[in-house]
Amino acid sequence: MKRRRRLTQWLSTLLANSYWLFLGNTPIYQGPLKAVCFPGLNCYSCPAAAFACPVGALQNFATTLRMGLPFGHFGAYIIGLLGLTGAFLGRIPCGWLCPFGFLQEWIYRIPTKKLSLPRAMRFGPYVFLIFFVLLLPVLIVDESGYGSLWFCKYICPAGTLEAGLPLMVLAPDLKQMIGALFFNKIILLVIILGLCVFISRFFCRVVCPLGAIYGLFNKTSFIRLEFHERACVNCKTCFKICPTGVSFFNGADSINTHACIRCMKCYSICPSDAVSISVGSMKSKAITSDNISRTNT
Amino acid sequence: MKRITGFLIILFSILMLYGISIGEPLKVLKKATTICLDCIGIG
Repeated sequence: MKRRRRLTQWLSTLLANSYWLFLGNTPIYQGPLKAVCFPGLNCYSCPAAAFACPVGALQNFATTLRMGLPFGHFGAYIIGLLGLTGAFLGRIPCGWLCPFGFLQEWIYRIPTKKLSLPRAMRFGPYVFLIFFVLLLPVLIVDESGYGSLWFCKYICPAGTLEAGLPLMVLAPDLKQMIGALFFNKIILLVIILGLCVFISRFFCRVVCPLGAIYGLFNKTSFIRLEFHERACVNCKTCFKICPTGVSFFNGADSINTHACIRCMKCYSICPSDAVSISVGSMKSKAITSDNISRTNT
Repeated sequence: MKRITGFLIILFSILMLYGISIGEPLKVLKKATTICLDCIGIG
């Protein structure tokens, strides 16, 4: 499972950034694939990006909501796409497909003392989703009625890393436009990536609005995890290996909590098969009638 | 499969198809094919 996930992450990152013609051509890809959103966080202004970023696209609809409503444009396409992905997979894209999540896993490998995160900070992504992605772009508008991409503009480290820095090299004209905002974003990028060295998946757990959206579906998604309490031997291996600190073995969290990125490490490592994957009504492992009676999902 | 899962899949499929029918992917395409100055921090 570990190898399969790693391979999927590599392939997904390469697929999301598969436009290598930028080296001798236009700075960014301008083909029809850009009408499709990639399920992970990957800036569409990255020179190699082949798809659109769902958070950027969602904010773009929010910024033009007041102007777009008369024509029926409120982002139904993006909401539908994100909802459909979440309804099928929950946060699987976070654990298996997201290039920025993949990067954080590599950064966390740097050997140093590791820190845990207070539980209350798990709700951080919802703060960023509600305020920076949904409310501020709609509520604060200029004189012509258009809002601003608050999350992209002031927060998103993926945009700074994947688009801001490479475009400074590839499009020298942009260098003249650099101001305090750019340097603020660089500082924020350094802080976030720095924290990722000490705290596993810091950005996913505290900031990412895309993970917040998918997390809403974790409990009801087509693919879910199931915990069989009676089969559990309380070895805590699942908790020790969990990149987001989910603690379901003792009942502190549901196994399908919004914080779970569905990396399936707990499923792979559990020595007593107390974790199973449920796809629709099918289960991954044979569950006895004895332990299924105490299933906690 | 939980009943709500089926309901959500249908609901979001309808939303997505509605968005496609009114041409929202073109709006996404238009935005995604130009360099987003906001995204790179100089907007």
